Amino acid sequence: MSRTVLEAVDAARGHWGFRVSATLLSGFVLLALALLALATGKYPVSLADVADVLGHRLLGLPARASATIDTVIMKVRLPRVVAALVVGAALSAAGATYQGLFRNPLVSPDILGVSAGAGLGAVLGIYLGLPVAPIQGLAFLGGLGAVAVVYGIGLAVRRQDPVLTLVLAGVAVGAVLGAGISLLKVLADPYDQLPAITFWLLGSLSSVSLGDVGAILPMMLLGLAPLVLLRWRMNLMSLGDEEARALGVETRVLRPILIAGATLITAAAVSMTGVIGWIGLIVPHVARLLVGPDYRRLLPASLALGAGYLLAVDLIARTAATIEVPLGILTALVGAPFFLWLLAAGRRRIA
Amino acid sequence: MREFALGRGEALACALGLLLASAGGTLARPFTDAAGRTVELPDRIERVLPAGPPAAVLLYSLAPARMTGWVSAPRPEALPFLEPRTRTLPAYGRLTGRGGTANVEGVLAAKPDVIADSGSLGPTYASLADKVQAQTGIPYILLDGSFASTPNTYRQLGAALGLQAEADALAAQAQDLIDGVAKAIGATPQDQRPRVYYARGPRGLETGFAGSINTEVLELAGGRNVAESGDGRLGSVSPEQVLAWNPDVIVTLDPAFATAIRTDPLWRDIKAVQSGRVYVVPQQPFPWFDAPPGINRLIGLRWLAGLLHPDLFPEPMPDVVRRFYQRFYHVGLDPEQAAALLRSTVPDTAR
Repeated sequence: MSRTVLEAVDAARGHWGFRVSATLLSGFVLLALALLALATGKYPVSLADVADVLGHRLLGLPARASATIDTVIMKVRLPRVVAALVVGAALSAAGATYQGLFRNPLVSPDILGVSAGAGLGAVLGIYLGLPVAPIQGLAFLGGLGAVAVVYGIGLAVRRQDPVLTLVLAGVAVGAVLGAGISLLKVLADPYDQLPAITFWLLGSLSSVSLGDVGAILPMMLLGLAPLVLLRWRMNLMSLGDEEARALGVETRVLRPILIAGATLITAAAVSMTGVIGWIGLIVPHVARLLVGPDYRRLLPASLALGAGYLLAVDLIARTAATIEVPLGILTALVGAPFFLWLLAAGRRRIA
Repeated sequence: MREFALGRGEALACALGLLLASAGGTLARPFTDAAGRTVELPDRIERVLPAGPPAAVLLYSLAPARMTGWVSAPRPEALPFLEPRTRTLPAYGRLTGRGGTANVEGVLAAKPDVIADSGSLGPTYASLADKVQAQTGIPYILLDGSFASTPNTYRQLGAALGLQAEADALAAQAQDLIDGVAKAIGATPQDQRPRVYYARGPRGLETGFAGSINTEVLELAGGRNVAESGDGRLGSVSPEQVLAWNPDVIVTLDPAFATAIRTDPLWRDIKAVQSGRVYVVPQQPFPWFDAPPGINRLIGLRWLAGLLHPDLFPEPMPDVVRRFYQRFYHVGLDPEQAAALLRSTVPDTAR
């Protein structure tokens, strides 16, 4: 008896020890990446400048770097780094959640039409010639509205498989919203508005401000909270409705909560950055290959991997050429081949 | 991008078009357009349909009485600057280029004697012209839309429409304007020419790289495009890239953007903003700098040259505007209108 208790304590210590070191390690990697990102870009800034500015801002040391360098680091790069970390983490967590909820590995955060709705909102704003803030507001509302419509259809159409109904409704609503986007593109001024619409839809962090990040951060936290707090129940949800209910999980209560959380963070991210594909689809798979399918570990791993991945991709996007390479293009170009390689190399673990 | 496969309705329309063309019975004469295509034109041309926005501006300036319609309806703000007859003409949409929107049967119903397009002479546009011509049975001429060939394009269009004298006059005036600017600026060495950033899009972070049709006027007006290392297309850039370029002058189509950057910390440090040299392009009845890149840029060339090199252009701009609008746009502006056109476009900080 006492031996088994000791073994259990040992196992727990090993388990916690592993988790602490993994958390520390990923924290260090993210911090190093963030510092590298702060020191890299089109405007020449040295690591010493970064140290100066951070020392001045955080520790109140005398400012030695020029005002422009301060602007570059604090107003251009820092918001970008923070936004990349937050958005990458959020999209990956949302993807992991949706994949569990829908018990389908092909699901990404825009399965219920968030991106299409947000895209239509933003395009409408550009078409009407609105300033940036209302464009972002319209995108956010569009994303939430699209999912609300899809969910409403799911409630109204009482089929045997509520998950399938949601997915099909998401496809249909997404198609209608996509048609709306295309219509506005056709009506837009081809020499001025059309390029603006195209660039907006491709996804970029190029003009993110701390104000933007501050505006979406509460929504991100609000959306992430239920995902993180209920992550062990997601293990049960991913067994399917009947099994989950047999184990005492109220799927009818839990599902809308999780969908609302994942939708909120996706809509907040897309309204600020435009559509950044592939992260929410791929990062959870990579995390699953690394830590296994248990959501208690899968969700934190997805958060950390997503944050680091988007930060790295954004670093490429803003340094590779004079123009900004749209993030959605890079995430697909970098992510898909890496994913295929991982799939081939790690096929035994998937099986 | 657009397919010209013949549907049943279009085949019918095509047959109808051929019937109309042959029933007209006017004498045909061969005409070689700028792409080297030889087209049979009727002897008398009363009705001309522009295929895209640059062609519409070109046609309006030469022969407003012969226009069958606009590509897109003029905005209400543009109406006071258009000849009364043309204010109520219908809009038929774009016939070629990205996102063509014209309805072929609608075009046939307009009964144009000829369709005129102005823009790229590349094989794509030449073959598109052939297809539309084959489909509608209406002769389709393609003219060179590059800015430098404006005088020649006028003469060619004049030859096609039988308006040689009027076209020669406009060609000569266009040539005078281009030569006058070139001569005044010619002596200014490259390194003394202001460095200009062309800001597009709601955030001002899209730009035309050197060599793009959107910025042709910039260099002719004696400026240096800071975005020189692209491939001559539109692209988006990051704020720190603009900071690194630190342009002397910013030109934009968007008044809201020009107002916003005066207080925006991202832009505040830029030389152009500090010295108040942020200029909003006048928009009516056609934008002066771009959108569309047509002959509407002629007045923009003189405007921008005057702003970049005020000492070299002593003649008051309102006088130049009134003369240009009288000759090219067929409207007489009173001095107050001309001044308002210019005043509404330069933010308060500048002069």
